[in-house]
Amino acid sequence: MRHDHIITAKQLSREDIEAVLDLAAEFDRDLSGQADRHPGKLLALAFFEPSTRTKMSFETAIKRLGGDVIDMGPVEYSSVTKGETLADTVRVIEGYADAIALRHPMEGSATMASQFIDVPLLNGGDGAGQHPTQTLLDLYTIRENAGLDDLTIGIMGDLKYGRTVHSLSHALTNFDTRQHFISPESLKLPRNVRYDLHEAGAQVREHESLEAVLPELDVLYVTRIQRERFPDENEYQKVAGQFNIDLETLEDAADDLSIMHPLPRVDEIDPAIDDLENATYFDQAHNGVPVRMALLDMLL
Amino acid sequence: MTDIDTELRVSKIQNGTVIDHVTGGEALHVLAIIGIDGSGGEAVSLGMNVPSDRMGKKDIVKVEGRELSQSEVDVLSLIAPDATINIIREYEVTEKHRVERPEAVTGVLECPNANCITNAGEPVETQFAVLNDGVRCEYCDTIIREDLTEHIES
Repeated sequence: MRHDHIITAKQLSREDIEAVLDLAAEFDRDLSGQADRHPGKLLALAFFEPSTRTKMSFETAIKRLGGDVIDMGPVEYSSVTKGETLADTVRVIEGYADAIALRHPMEGSATMASQFIDVPLLNGGDGAGQHPTQTLLDLYTIRENAGLDDLTIGIMGDLKYGRTVHSLSHALTNFDTRQHFISPESLKLPRNVRYDLHEAGAQVREHESLEAVLPELDVLYVTRIQRERFPDENEYQKVAGQFNIDLETLEDAADDLSIMHPLPRVDEIDPAIDDLENATYFDQAHNGVPVRMALLDMLL
Repeated sequence: MTDIDTELRVSKIQNGTVIDHVTGGEALHVLAIIGIDGSGGEAVSLGMNVPSDRMGKKDIVKVEGRELSQSEVDVLSLIAPDATINIIREYEVTEKHRVERPEAVTGVLECPNANCITNAGEPVETQFAVLNDGVRCEYCDTIIREDLTEHIES
């Protein structure tokens, strides 16, 4: 893989993805035995909005590789509050660290920031845009459980604002996959994602309920319906609960269906599902470490 | 009536630009693109929906004392793909070229996505890739297909 930055899933070819996943699998076999790979390297964590998994797994990943982190800390204690631009912030951080992991609430922020720096930048989520490192750990999890070809995947929930969905759906077009998108009308895929999927020749179908398509699925990727996105609470109430799953929902599912969620969840997945072998969302979160180790190893 | 006859119906200019073969009815949008609203004092002549051998109906815009920049021509190409640009100096056509659809337009359109980083006061120009049927923000991926002229940077 030869990239200066990881900004969007669209920049990743099948070969790129397989190279990252293969290296991640190698690291996964001995996570604690990689400390001689990048001793002394520093990763800057520039997180302008909350994060648990992405931030902590990046931190774990660089430490597992023998490096360390510097952390910008909460936005309210940074120079952002003095009106500093993101362009200036990353140029300053560039002088301190060997790579930057950036999370920012605005779409396109990672693209813009990368234009101002020479050290590698990894997009840890830009608004409702992209989350490519999440996508790589999603693909790693999918490959472990269902393989990446001849795959039927259902992606359900907030498809409009869900950046993990936008990244994942495009990355899946590199493989022999059929994608079913299940959401309320108001949270369907945005125009630009549809455009990309169409251009990539993806096999895509859209649904407003899970019922009909569930038996076909190898993977069900659930995301949270984001209540705060609805302009009208009544509109949310019309769809609330229709996109949640419990043991009863899964009666018609294939026995080997893999259930995923980028987390955090609220009530989309009944905790009774957690104990099933089909529930892979905590493994999915743990896979962020070897996958981000692989990415950092390739970029540093 | 030939195109030449039509052109003569609008007075000649000494120095400036004649934008000919604009899609019928788009002349006011052309003025918006080049930032002319009358307040700058330029002398402007317009012909709208005039007969054209080639196009059936066309608009023609003549602007005294102003030559278009490449970025203006780029955006112009999106709404008037058949337009020809004539640069006039001392009443003579010194340059004549057709607009060409660019691969991208830079610093001309505003992204309609309020959450796009280009709307956050950062030191970057907007950049849009040109699609077959619209344009797409190179930063946030937002696609604009309709009413392109409403997104011209003020």
